Amino acid sequence: MGPFAAVRAEFTKIFTTHLWWVLALVLLVYLGALTGGLGTLFAGLQSGAIEARGGHVPSFGDLAPPLYSFATSIGYVFPVLFGALVTAGEWRHQTITPTFLANPHRFQVLWAKICSAVVFGAGYGVLALAASVTGGALALRHFGLDPELGEVSTWHLFVRALAAMALWGFVGVGLGVLVPSQAAVIVTILAFTQFVEPLLRLAAAFSVPTADAAKFLPGASSDALVGASFLDLQNSAEGTMVVAHLDWQHGGLMLIVYGAAVTVIGCLTTWRRDVS
Amino acid sequence: MPGNTAPRGATIEIAGLTKRFGHVTAVDDLTFSVHPGRVTGFLGPNGAGKTTTLRMLLGLVRPTSGRATFDGVRYRRLSRPLMTVGAALEASSFHPGRSARDHLRVYAQAGRVPASRVSAALATVGLAAHADRRVGGYSLGMRQRLGLAFALLGDPGVLVLDEPINGLDPEGIRWIRQFLRRLAAEGRTVLVSSHLLSEVQQSVDDVIVIAKGRLVYAGELAGLASARGRAGQASAPAVIVDSPTRDVLAHALADARLAFEQTGDGFLVSGADAASLGHLAFTSGIELSQLRPATQAGAIEDTFIELVGEGGL
Repeated sequence: MGPFAAVRAEFTKIFTTHLWWVLALVLLVYLGALTGGLGTLFAGLQSGAIEARGGHVPSFGDLAPPLYSFATSIGYVFPVLFGALVTAGEWRHQTITPTFLANPHRFQVLWAKICSAVVFGAGYGVLALAASVTGGALALRHFGLDPELGEVSTWHLFVRALAAMALWGFVGVGLGVLVPSQAAVIVTILAFTQFVEPLLRLAAAFSVPTADAAKFLPGASSDALVGASFLDLQNSAEGTMVVAHLDWQHGGLMLIVYGAAVTVIGCLTTWRRDVS
Repeated sequence: MPGNTAPRGATIEIAGLTKRFGHVTAVDDLTFSVHPGRVTGFLGPNGAGKTTTLRMLLGLVRPTSGRATFDGVRYRRLSRPLMTVGAALEASSFHPGRSARDHLRVYAQAGRVPASRVSAALATVGLAAHADRRVGGYSLGMRQRLGLAFALLGDPGVLVLDEPINGLDPEGIRWIRQFLRRLAAEGRTVLVSSHLLSEVQQSVDDVIVIAKGRLVYAGELAGLASARGRAGQASAPAVIVDSPTRDVLAHALADARLAFEQTGDGFLVSGADAASLGHLAFTSGIELSQLRPATQAGAIEDTFIELVGEGGL
């Protein structure tokens, strides 16, 4: 009872199980390795230290922002999974019964889950940036490229990346409400974020009208909010792709719209249903 | 541990409560009340609608129509529900990775129950020594106790327990019976569901019996025996009698035109008392190995089964 008590209880739920730190650990290792590895490859190519096919030196433009944005363009799946699991997990373990007995105001419980997922999303953002900046900056510096850590624009990117990760936590809770089956929501999230959306964005990039539509996809909106993307590297290298971006404010707005949409639909369906 | 100043229980009022799932009516226009200071058994076969009724009472299931209240207040309108009503519904509502103490800590915070109640509730149910172990490693009996600790968390005046005896060992069953009696003696309202009358017969004052979602009996346990008359059969004295020569005894009973049926420990003879049967045996020269009045408990059990019969026991 009471919004503050509800949020406090959600934090206790999170800290008394393993999920939060297991996700954090996987995120650190995964992003650190990926940014370090790919950073080495791209920085090596750009500096000419690694010889590209045909002997020409490709230019990826400014390498630091897209490398650092791995934190969100790759790492966003972690806050989504987190938000979805703290919600769907209540049905999975039937703890939804004591949860609603202790606080029968279901919207207050949902609100508390959104608050805690947003805070943890931002927390995952800090870890993701730590991993991608460490891996990326080391790779850039190794090949004598500028890691741009003194630039104001780089720090603006960091702040927007934290906002994106926080919003992804919100989207995750919404998905967990909409699809309360834990297995189903995990499969949905992994399939959409890892296969469906990347393929759609790749396919859409071959023509202007499709690219214009694809910029509203959730991952594209997130990249717009952050202001840089892994896909930029690919596009600048290929030179044949069409990339349409929302500006960062609209990218953020689209993420809020996605989160609100799944949450509202979930509220009207599963969250109000009988607990039996 | 319930202290000297145990909170007085509220009266549970169920009025016209109905729940339909599609075309199936799980609970059909139930009306009854449960009073403080007494242990009330909520009985009926599996599938009779007991759990659905309790979940409607607790705001977890939305009734199709009707009301369920505590002193006139719906569960969702209670200002601190855990401190008014404690409920234990099933033995599996735990995250297996959480310890018992953490489990209770979460809900103490959510329900704004003082943190000191966590240890108190664990001690009351005898889980203090295992409080920091993961619940995933608990036995069914320990989970039942943890469920009960959750119900006691807010030191509530009303306890609603769904099949709390399932999975307990004999010592645990004895303990919970005494415990329920003590809670009622303190003035609390105690509602305990069971599909087995014999499980709760020793500890309840009142019983509510439902079958196929409908109320078939509400009143004192003792009244259940005479409800048999209302249920359509004459209530008559009955005696259990047995002999080393059963076939001879059966003949004599038939000759005397007595209604009797064979049971596990002899014959159950209705419409006769022990004295007249003893006389019959003596005059017929039959040795008796047993002669005693059929117990009240047996009659209550019979009535119960008769009331809920065809209910799919």
